[in-house]
Amino acid sequence: MKLITAVIKPHRLDEVKEALQAFGVHGLTVTEASGYGRQRGHTEVYRGAEYTVDLVPKVRIEILVDDEDAEQLIDVVVKAARTGKIGDGKVWSVPVDTAVRVRTGERGPDAL
Amino acid sequence: MPDGFSAGDTAFVFICAALVMLMTPGLAFFYGGMVRVKSTLNMLVMSFVSLAIVSVLWVLYGYSLSFGPDAGAGLIGNLDYLGMRGIDLNAITGTIPVTAFAAFQLMFAIITPALISGAIADRAKFTAWSLFVALWVTVVYFPVAHWVFFFDGGNGGWLGDRNGVIDFAGGTAVHINAGAAGLALALVLGKRIGFKKDPMRPHSLPLVMLGSGLLWFGWFGFNAGSALAANGVAGMAFMNTQVATAAAVLGWLAYEKIKHGAFTSLGAASGAVAGLVAITPACGSVSMLGAIAIGLIAGAVCAAAISLKYKLGFDDSLDVVGVHLVGGIIGSLLIGFFATGHVGQTASGLFYGGGVTQLGKQALGVVVVLVYSFVLSWLLGTAIQKTIGFRVSEDVEVAGIDQAEHAESAYDFTAVGASIARAVSATATVSTVTAEKTEVDA
Repeated sequence: MKLITAVIKPHRLDEVKEALQAFGVHGLTVTEASGYGRQRGHTEVYRGAEYTVDLVPKVRIEILVDDEDAEQLIDVVVKAARTGKIGDGKVWSVPVDTAVRVRTGERGPDAL
Repeated sequence: MPDGFSAGDTAFVFICAALVMLMTPGLAFFYGGMVRVKSTLNMLVMSFVSLAIVSVLWVLYGYSLSFGPDAGAGLIGNLDYLGMRGIDLNAITGTIPVTAFAAFQLMFAIITPALISGAIADRAKFTAWSLFVALWVTVVYFPVAHWVFFFDGGNGGWLGDRNGVIDFAGGTAVHINAGAAGLALALVLGKRIGFKKDPMRPHSLPLVMLGSGLLWFGWFGFNAGSALAANGVAGMAFMNTQVATAAAVLGWLAYEKIKHGAFTSLGAASGAVAGLVAITPACGSVSMLGAIAIGLIAGAVCAAAISLKYKLGFDDSLDVVGVHLVGGIIGSLLIGFFATGHVGQTASGLFYGGGVTQLGKQALGVVVVLVYSFVLSWLLGTAIQKTIGFRVSEDVEVAGIDQAEHAESAYDFTAVGASIARAVSATATVSTVTAEKTEVDA
């Protein structure tokens, strides 16, 4: 199993959700996040004093998937989240040892 | 009432006095929104306490020192009206009761020290500030008000009545006076921790906008009311106030867009205040077109002037110097150019065939009030700093002055994260009950 994490622009969340549903993903977790990449946030001006606001609002999506679906799913997320402008975010995956469905106690791929 | 009394004028001046009173809480919100969350309350209370202290001192001796019969050379009033004695219900000045005039002028005396507080945001001990307000109005404001506002047919205050310096509603007595004092105190107290390093963003721009709106509203009382009668001069002052302020908002926004690329709400609010400040001395002596010119100039120049503190390295936290001192100087000097000679006063400026005479007089008023206020304020501030201490300790400043000086905080953030808040408040209820029970058992 793999855990796919995507940090994306908040306004792309709906597109990503729809793309994931179309792909057949049953569940996902969404968290509000903030951070910055190479673009380093934005600038605000108060009476001529400029402040760089480093941390900009983002959305973090986490999805557990079977190994064979992982690569394809990453492509789906990237395609749905992309605007082509700076600050579109990142997607990465990590291997997962175990997953348990809390209600039934099922383990591994059955729990997804 | 005696001959000459006007019910219309009296009603007008009382309403104007109430409008000017509202400016001080308005100023409190203007300043309160500009500081960080941790010192919002302190900013509000610094203005509010001025309402309390100055009102009492005004009755005890302030009115007498400012508007009592001249004690000599137009420098200060005598003590004839100590405790407001001798002012009976029928006493009138011009067409209004002395009580109406005293109430109106009191509101000016209240807001002037409150204006200074913006220069020392986040870092002044509240007791030291309160003491400063009491001492400052006594040795600076009351005499200066006498110099500028006390008229007695050429035997009154030495600047206004004897030397013809025009200050219709307080550009020198209020704004240059407060601005110079703010600069002095900013130098005495020193820079805030993190000045030029940490972001010190305004915590609530809506509060700033609300505050500047209240100031603008109250300022009609400030300027139009200074006619002390419901007449044509009041009407001119009212309209001049409106158009100069409007032009100053545009002037500030234009400067900002060119220089920084954005029209900011803080800029609009600040521009309004800069315009109000600049038109204050001039609103009774210029035409409406002159007022627009003064507003535009004040808006753009004050927008540029607020960067002075970064260049020169003094921490005038909320730009009392950039807005009030610079705005006041602009307004007072431009009278020397734009006074038409037929609005409220007969003196004409350079653009209306009056030569440079009036400009010279205006410059005299500016320099005298600026230097007097700066020197006295610096001495008072230093004396307080050396005795009871003016500045809070470093840990208090970093943690936020509200908690240490007022045992309060402006906002309750426990509602953020509702489940945690529920858990916390449940515990609090239990502990209160336990505490009561313990008390009963004892």
